[in-house]
Amino acid sequence: MAEAEKIIEIEVLRYRPEQDAAPVAQRYRVPFTDDMSVLQGLQYIKDHIDGTLSFRWSCRMAICGSCGMMIDGKPRLSCKTFLREFHPAGLRVEALAHFPIERDLVAGVDDFIVKLESIKPYLIPKESRSLEQGEYLQTPHELEQYEQFSSCINCMLCYAACPQYGLDSKFTGPGVLALLHRYNVDSRDGGREQRMQLVNAEEGVWSCTAVGYCSEVCPKAVDPANAVNLNKVNSAKDYFLRFVRPRKP
Amino acid sequence: MSARRPYMRPMRGWWRRDPFFVRYMIREATALIVAAYALVLLAGVLCLAQGEAAWNGWLTQLRSPVSIVLHVLMLAVMIYHTYSWFEIMPKTMPALFVGGKRVTATTITMSGLAAAVAAAAALLALAWMLRP
Repeated sequence: MAEAEKIIEIEVLRYRPEQDAAPVAQRYRVPFTDDMSVLQGLQYIKDHIDGTLSFRWSCRMAICGSCGMMIDGKPRLSCKTFLREFHPAGLRVEALAHFPIERDLVAGVDDFIVKLESIKPYLIPKESRSLEQGEYLQTPHELEQYEQFSSCINCMLCYAACPQYGLDSKFTGPGVLALLHRYNVDSRDGGREQRMQLVNAEEGVWSCTAVGYCSEVCPKAVDPANAVNLNKVNSAKDYFLRFVRPRKP
Repeated sequence: MSARRPYMRPMRGWWRRDPFFVRYMIREATALIVAAYALVLLAGVLCLAQGEAAWNGWLTQLRSPVSIVLHVLMLAVMIYHTYSWFEIMPKTMPALFVGGKRVTATTITMSGLAAAVAAAAALLALAWMLRP
């Protein structure tokens, strides 16, 4: 090996429900090279130091959204964050904030999954077309309306960045609302009316106080704060328009 | 029986955990000072309605050293409030396109700030021209 081996100290907030009443910090000394991610550091711990450490990961290239965690207090993807950034001070990792800790760095995300399903995250065709009629066409301008919001990888960093979600988990939350917006503004979609009920609810966009940290931590530049705040306008319009143009029963 | 025993971490002191949250709390707090200043102006309007003596009394109050110090502080808070308001503005707007290109968040913030500075300068100029 050309470069001298460097050591970094990784402090992990551990929680083993069968033995710990509350999470406890544990430190590991990990040899690393400049090209190693925080995820690789954790994999080193699991493979060489302590096989009982639990954490989620899959793709190692910031597209699966599995390895999000608090790294020195900030929600980040551990595969996209490098150990060298924290040398020589060391770093502290913890399960994603605002979610229950299931075990070690594994957060319980059942709540997020239920919410994700509730917004019907798929195209509900505006007009039914037969195979013979061909595909649903879209102009580049129509694509631009939702493209950025379709980059979401469901990593939930935005939830760990949202104090409103932490204070009251009934809030639908940034990521799911951004996806809701992604389908609502798709020119091929006709499910807007069904989804607006969720937007208009107290737990919909109105629980957001525009902290804006969700957009700051998003690894895919989705800008969920923008989607949520645009829908405050949509929700207000929806409320007033029903007096002029009553909803279909 | 499930071995699951999810642990919820407390939210106590959440806003001190990240400088971003501290800035957010300051932004929200500045709104209270803006409201306080609106009350000062409202008091002026009420004094005006009560007659010349009350109005002059209000003006004298404004010229007291305590009032001047408070106004300087309120001005600083108001400037930060204005800045934070335009800083968050791009998050509240639909995507803007000029000549087929998307206008960046920084451009929107800077345009807002420039408009605020221009409006304040116009108001000061008007006040200067109308001075007794």
